[in-house]
Amino acid sequence: MINDNRAISLEPFVRAASSVHGTVTHLSTAAEGHIDIQDLSVSYGKRTVVEGVTLRVPRNSVTALIGPSGCGKSSLLYCINRLNDLVPGCSVEGSINFSWMDNKHLAKNSTQLRRQVGMLFQRPNPFPFSIRKNLEFALRQHGIKAQADINSRIESSLREVGLWDEVHDRLDSSAIALSGGQQQRLCLARALVLNPDVLLMDEPCSALDPISTQKIETLILSLAQRRTIILVTHSLSQARRVADQVAVFWKLEGVGKLIECGKARDVFDRPRHELTQTYLQFA
Amino acid sequence: MRRFHVFGFDVRDFVWTFVMYGLTLTAVAMLLWPLLTVFGNGLQVLSWDFLLASPEDAGRSGGIAPILVSTLGIVLVSLTAALPLAFGVAVMLTEGFNPAGWPATILRCSLDILAGIPSVVFGLFGLSLFCRQLELGYSILAGGLTLACMILPTLARSLAFSLESAGVAHRAGGAALGLSKQSVLWHVMVPVALPGICAGVVLALTRALAETAVLLFTSGYSDRMPESVLDSGRSVSVHIYDLSTNVPGGTLNAYGSALALLLLLALLSFTVHALTRWMQRRMTGNTTRSL
Amino acid sequence: MTLLTDEVVAKVHPTKLRGWAFWSAMSMLALLGAAIVFLIVAFLLSESFPLIAQGGPIRFFTDEGWWPRDASFNMTPMVLASLYLTIGALVVATPLSLAISLVTTFKAPARLAHVLRNLVELSAAVPTVVYGLWGVSSIVPIVNIWSPPGASLLAGVLIVALMIIPTITVLTQSALQTVPTAYVQGATALGVSTSQTLLRIVIPAARQGIFSAMVLGAARAIGETMVVLMVCGNIVQVPTSLFDPVRALTANIALEMPYAMGDHRASLFVAGLLMLLLVSALVAVGEWVGMRQRKMIS
Repeated sequence: MINDNRAISLEPFVRAASSVHGTVTHLSTAAEGHIDIQDLSVSYGKRTVVEGVTLRVPRNSVTALIGPSGCGKSSLLYCINRLNDLVPGCSVEGSINFSWMDNKHLAKNSTQLRRQVGMLFQRPNPFPFSIRKNLEFALRQHGIKAQADINSRIESSLREVGLWDEVHDRLDSSAIALSGGQQQRLCLARALVLNPDVLLMDEPCSALDPISTQKIETLILSLAQRRTIILVTHSLSQARRVADQVAVFWKLEGVGKLIECGKARDVFDRPRHELTQTYLQFA
Repeated sequence: MRRFHVFGFDVRDFVWTFVMYGLTLTAVAMLLWPLLTVFGNGLQVLSWDFLLASPEDAGRSGGIAPILVSTLGIVLVSLTAALPLAFGVAVMLTEGFNPAGWPATILRCSLDILAGIPSVVFGLFGLSLFCRQLELGYSILAGGLTLACMILPTLARSLAFSLESAGVAHRAGGAALGLSKQSVLWHVMVPVALPGICAGVVLALTRALAETAVLLFTSGYSDRMPESVLDSGRSVSVHIYDLSTNVPGGTLNAYGSALALLLLLALLSFTVHALTRWMQRRMTGNTTRSL
Repeated sequence: MTLLTDEVVAKVHPTKLRGWAFWSAMSMLALLGAAIVFLIVAFLLSESFPLIAQGGPIRFFTDEGWWPRDASFNMTPMVLASLYLTIGALVVATPLSLAISLVTTFKAPARLAHVLRNLVELSAAVPTVVYGLWGVSSIVPIVNIWSPPGASLLAGVLIVALMIIPTITVLTQSALQTVPTAYVQGATALGVSTSQTLLRIVIPAARQGIFSAMVLGAARAIGETMVVLMVCGNIVQVPTSLFDPVRALTANIALEMPYAMGDHRASLFVAGLLMLLLVSALVAVGEWVGMRQRKMIS
């Protein structure tokens, strides 16, 4: 019975795809574009965790999702690369469109979608292999076999996250031996070797010390020049430091809702919703 | 609460503590007694000659070489048959089926029932399916296949458990890179779960080695050196049974075989312990963490 | 750096086909694994059905005696022997297991507790045939001095008890570990003595887990074949004293199966079916109660 829900959870994406049928934008390097989240609701079994979210995420910027625990920020994030498919009994309604990509194709194939949409988790989760294998594994699985190509991608993504100088002489030692902050940057590099357009981050600094947190935040700012970043965070100061746009979630009558959304400065300086005003007092 | 004090001494507490330690001591004595007897008697006969010679005079003298070979054959057959099945079951339980759906529920229930079936019932089943219906007769193959059915739940559960722990850590990470379920399973979860898988295999091995009732009427009694898996072969445990009940004067050699069996089991569990430690060290890297 | 375009992936990445093959192979293996239990039940039913159909299931308790060659299949003495052995073993094993578990979990210093736990685990791994061997050569002669012939219900009870002590102890230990330490600390803070804390607070809080451990121990005891085959004397009779030899149901199967034919053989499958039902029922009850213990605490 719950098995069926998985099938249902695919449906909105397929529907979403057909709704933009014909409006395929070319894979361009143009900065314009946005991710359109329309009326999205997520439920686990009979319990709805987040409902009726409509949100437009501009391309090549940082959008922070903030709000208290349990209001569905992470659930929403997991829908964007359809990682919610892994959760039995999870069903999704509504649609998510990437204005600059072929949504029909993405809807058919979550592998394609997840290659374009990278993700960073709460706890660093490198595979317990060597640093090199962590980085080349996904490339090989995606059909990149030429060693020269692989090596150059590994080097450039390690440089991008500032790890190259720290680990270039021990690429074959275990990734688990790295510190927490290094592991998290390795995970970021692991996502970057696939050259994703969008990066999802689920409280990426919650398990890190302040210095590592600062490094990640600097990275977020530099990555956002060429990539769209959606960041779930519990740290309001972090949101203030890195976000261009902020979306505030709140649990109303047991269900997560989007209560306010706008430019970071506007939301922090002139919150419109009274719950946001109270919440941001602690910022 | 009322207390019984004599000169400030809690008598009731003392009595209860005394009873508890007394019972524990009794239990420890009971558990040690058979172990010490096996060692004491077994050491009198256990030697390389005993392990490398054939039994003579119905086992009263001579050694257990052909019996060890038969045992090895039976255990290998049972592992070869059970491992792929258990792997399939474990993979479907952790990655294939929705854990709340009916196929997973049926699969889990069937494992639970299988794990509870008394070994003598497996013997009946093996006798009528493998020995009679499939005409394998009393043979190492028939005994091994029957044992495979018996160790399947142990094996499948421990495989599923270690795969699941690996999955919790790496399933989402792998999927987020756009990797397919089977490549995450095959290239990440299986290597990560390998120590657990090895431990499960050895656990199943020890169960197979310890089993007697199943083999009494599936693999036969012959104490000659087996020439193929279709030959009848006597396992160490059956040999112990036979010597201690059917052969007057065979007790000492029975103890020798029992000690050999216990040492084999100990060696196996020591190996898996070392293997697990070594693999964990290799995976987690032996350099110290630095910030 | 180039974007991984779809064309590149489609050309070199035959994941779809490989994935399909992999998952169908896994499903087939899993299906086969699940089928075994149904096969076993089917075989037991088909082999025993002709005899059950002849006189109904009641005949196995009302026939004149166990004379399989004369088509008289009364299993009552053997069923009773199995039950007596199980109950006796539980009576002996439970207090001992409970004492070890309490001592290792709450009272003993860490190093002693560690040694005790290892001893229990070691004993759990000893093959039952070794316990049987020890019983035949050590316990049976001692009982024989006391009251011949030695191979008796008592010997069986003692050795089966020894065999299930590790099972019950391991399960009881994990039940005791689910008792929140706050309970124990709270009682100690109130000045309650250790033994009273254990008796009045810890044991009641873990009673379902302990019961579950006993039931699962009983399931092991009743299904045990080798020990009862070796030390109980194997005479089909309803015992009148602890020193009478008895034949358990499992031992009967192991003894007669190698030569049984026709209806006799079918009757042994009936016994197997009965064992299957008994043990499954015990395991189901034990697991269910154990689950309630874990739920209650968490």
